[in-house]
Amino acid sequence: MGLTPYGSDPSKGGQNMSEYILEMDGITKEFTGVKALSDVNFKVEKGEIHCLIGENGAGKSTLMKVLSGVYPYGTYEGDIIFEEEIQQFHKISDSVKTGIVIIYQELALFPDLTVYENIFTGNEVKQGGMINWNQTIVESRKLLEKVKLDVNPETLVKDLSVGKRQLIEIAKALSKDVKLLILDEPTAALNEDDSENLLNLLKELREQGITCIMISHKLKEVISIADKATVLRDGRTICTLDASKGEISENIIIKNMVGREIEDIYPKRQKAIKDETILELKNWSAYDPQLGRYVVKDINLKVNKGEIVGIAGLMGSGRTELALSIFGNARKYKLSGEMLINGQAQTLKHTSEAIASGIAYVTEDRKGDGLFLLQDIKNNITTANLKGIAKSGIINQNEEIKVAESYKNSLQIKAPSLEQLAGNLSGGNQQKVSLGKWLFVAPKLLILDEPTRGIDVGAKFEIYTVMNKLIEDGLSIIMISSELGEVLGMSDRVYVMAQTELKGELDIEDANQENIMQLATQ
Amino acid sequence: MLTKKILCNWQHNKGGVNVNLETKTDMKDNIRVSLWQETKTVMKNNIREYGMYIALIVIILTFTIMTDGLFISSRNISNLLDSAGYIAVLAVAMTLVIVIRHIDLSVGYVAGFLGAIAAILLTQAGVPVYLTIPIILVLGIVVGLFNGLLVAQIGIPAFVATLATMLIFRGALLQVTEKSGTIIIQNDSFNAIGNGFIPSLTEVNGLHLLSLIVGLIGILFYVFSEISNRKSKLKYQFEVLSKPMFVSKLVIISAIIAYITWILAGYNGFSWTMIIMLAVVIVYHFFTTKTVTGRHIYAVGSNPEAAHLSGINVKKITYIVFGSMGLMSALSGILFTARLQSATTTAGTLFELDAIAAAYVGGVSAAGGVGKVTGAIIGAIVMASLSSGMNLLGVGISYQYMIRGGVLAAAVIFDVVTRLKK
Repeated sequence: MGLTPYGSDPSKGGQNMSEYILEMDGITKEFTGVKALSDVNFKVEKGEIHCLIGENGAGKSTLMKVLSGVYPYGTYEGDIIFEEEIQQFHKISDSVKTGIVIIYQELALFPDLTVYENIFTGNEVKQGGMINWNQTIVESRKLLEKVKLDVNPETLVKDLSVGKRQLIEIAKALSKDVKLLILDEPTAALNEDDSENLLNLLKELREQGITCIMISHKLKEVISIADKATVLRDGRTICTLDASKGEISENIIIKNMVGREIEDIYPKRQKAIKDETILELKNWSAYDPQLGRYVVKDINLKVNKGEIVGIAGLMGSGRTELALSIFGNARKYKLSGEMLINGQAQTLKHTSEAIASGIAYVTEDRKGDGLFLLQDIKNNITTANLKGIAKSGIINQNEEIKVAESYKNSLQIKAPSLEQLAGNLSGGNQQKVSLGKWLFVAPKLLILDEPTRGIDVGAKFEIYTVMNKLIEDGLSIIMISSELGEVLGMSDRVYVMAQTELKGELDIEDANQENIMQLATQ
Repeated sequence: MLTKKILCNWQHNKGGVNVNLETKTDMKDNIRVSLWQETKTVMKNNIREYGMYIALIVIILTFTIMTDGLFISSRNISNLLDSAGYIAVLAVAMTLVIVIRHIDLSVGYVAGFLGAIAAILLTQAGVPVYLTIPIILVLGIVVGLFNGLLVAQIGIPAFVATLATMLIFRGALLQVTEKSGTIIIQNDSFNAIGNGFIPSLTEVNGLHLLSLIVGLIGILFYVFSEISNRKSKLKYQFEVLSKPMFVSKLVIISAIIAYITWILAGYNGFSWTMIIMLAVVIVYHFFTTKTVTGRHIYAVGSNPEAAHLSGINVKKITYIVFGSMGLMSALSGILFTARLQSATTTAGTLFELDAIAAAYVGGVSAAGGVGKVTGAIIGAIVMASLSSGMNLLGVGISYQYMIRGGVLAAAVIFDVVTRLKK
């Protein structure tokens, strides 16, 4: 394959060391006996976009936390050499002063403050100890121009879309004279348009000499943008791939990430569709009184027994809102139109009624509104159906442990015990806990909203396998997904949503990335 | 067993993605652990919970030594528990309010007002005790539901909503006691709730016989329930404490119950207040740990949005929790009025803050979803012990407040620190 194993770099052997802006040498970091990083080497050249890839738990975030001083000097072994000097960061502000700025997946903005206040928070434009607000606004205009964001700096951040907020984070980083910009899954919450914008911006910053490290799960992005890519697995550096040598391709990356070849990450299943409609929507609309507009409009949709119906579309196209309107009108929209469950017209007024009529909804945002992070696995799994293990309101706790144990085993939730707090699990295992919780209510229709967002390839495959098993058992699934590969790989039929409406319905044989994208961007 | 491997290795099969969705358990490690090590592990895992009990024991021992044993005397312990009663019942319900991320500032004056109403019913309206008490309790629930309405239905932040009801009931208390001033109650059976003791039957060597029997029943009940719990756990092949550890736990707790019973039996035995307090804790403990509604309360506190999407009626839970708070305010009012044998114009002042303090000392978390009702009782007893001990030592009231404030801060700091370590 011609991959470059770490440590020996024949092509660059004779060159000057100074072209590396950052070298992390032999970094080892332990958490009470568990090695999160062992002897990791990571080198970044000046002015490149370097992607850091690996499954969840591979050590990417830990490595970046070591770099940024979240884990202070002395709590890890090894050296950080930045611009040819060994650095000892004791706190985050130390690394920021040196020119290293991290933008986390969960943006750290103040929604109720204006754009310019956000950009300069912690880095205020001062004049004699007072903040010069006028100068601040002028400066923020310049920065917004740099990141190609056309908004009034006096807009409140909460009124901006996620994509725009991301750009503001970058503007904020630029205000600090950043030399090395680190982005942790910057496009995870963005739609394709915003993602592309962001990637283009990164390319432009590269022209201006800013070095960039990007953690990403989206291989397509990595392929399109990376000059180099370092793969981590189980806390070790596996290899660094070089785009100029044509080493950055999906196959090579996945092989190194998981240590195996994947022929097809979407497991096959027997067609099990029956001619029996589970759910039907007729002229279904939902008006959100808080937003003052329709979030779902004139939807006509059908789900048959034993079918996976994919709902593709960009973020903000109304997919989640559609799911919530079906699931007992969880957000209190004003609904119109008709919903038929098993051929009978139904009005569901509460999530509990939806559950009672056989609908389950696995949310998009596991941590936000899916799990009880401070409760253990057992409680999380049984919460939605405590009545199923209770007699006249009193819970049979032994039965509860048995139920939870059986889901832990059948879904292969990796945790030392059922008493593990959900907040301490990895993304993939959290998603499995969510799934277990909803399988325990014995639904007939399972709505999965972004079922594999932010989880690694191995766990994805396991979740797809579970989905197939459920279909074989006669369930129906609505799968909302932004990943076209997933939609195409798993669905029997695809609806495409855009701007609160269904723009089209495609049979899986006719569907491909192009025609879905075409409908989604209408 | 307890030495199950902490590390969970998740390694993919090298040969391909053969994810087999089958059982893979290695529950039983054959490593023997010594009793001491097991104790250490159990302590380490439950330090947050046990910390409170240890603190209580330290406080008791310190005061006992400093007062030459006066603190642990039958009479003092009996008084101490009685004086903790009206705050303890509030703290129990307050714990649940804080668990669902709200607060109730109105409970003090609601207790004071309902106590005054009880006094009026008994003295001026001539309503018998057996009717007065249920009427007051129902009124308490109504007031609680009104708070629930403001918070759950209208969506006013609980702090503001209950601040408003607090002012309203402060005014109402003044209104009903304005003309008569302090209302003296001369009904013995009502006053017994706050001052009386359960009948003795006969005395054995100067000890209170019925109290001894109650204590004995308590121990037997505890031992049997633990044993049957362990048996059913073993039947399902779940992790349990090792046998010597289990037996020592039974012995220690039984000894503590026996000792407390013996101390109390040396004075007048169990008071009615103690029995009521005990009943409240048992009912609430059962309610919160074993029932569907109880678990829903913790789910709502843990993540209201996720709870809503799990089919839990968050509004209903909010009503239930505030309703229970109102009920306990009424009970607290009855206990306090009966203890003073009168209703005063200032009854209930600052009860809410004492109850909130007790709940926090008892380990409830402001972030929601965490906190036990048993902790609230211990918290109330810790605070009452501090007052009692410092009174015996003749510590000035100014220092008393400072020390109690320090203990509250220490409890919360301990809570935060142990949480971070986890």
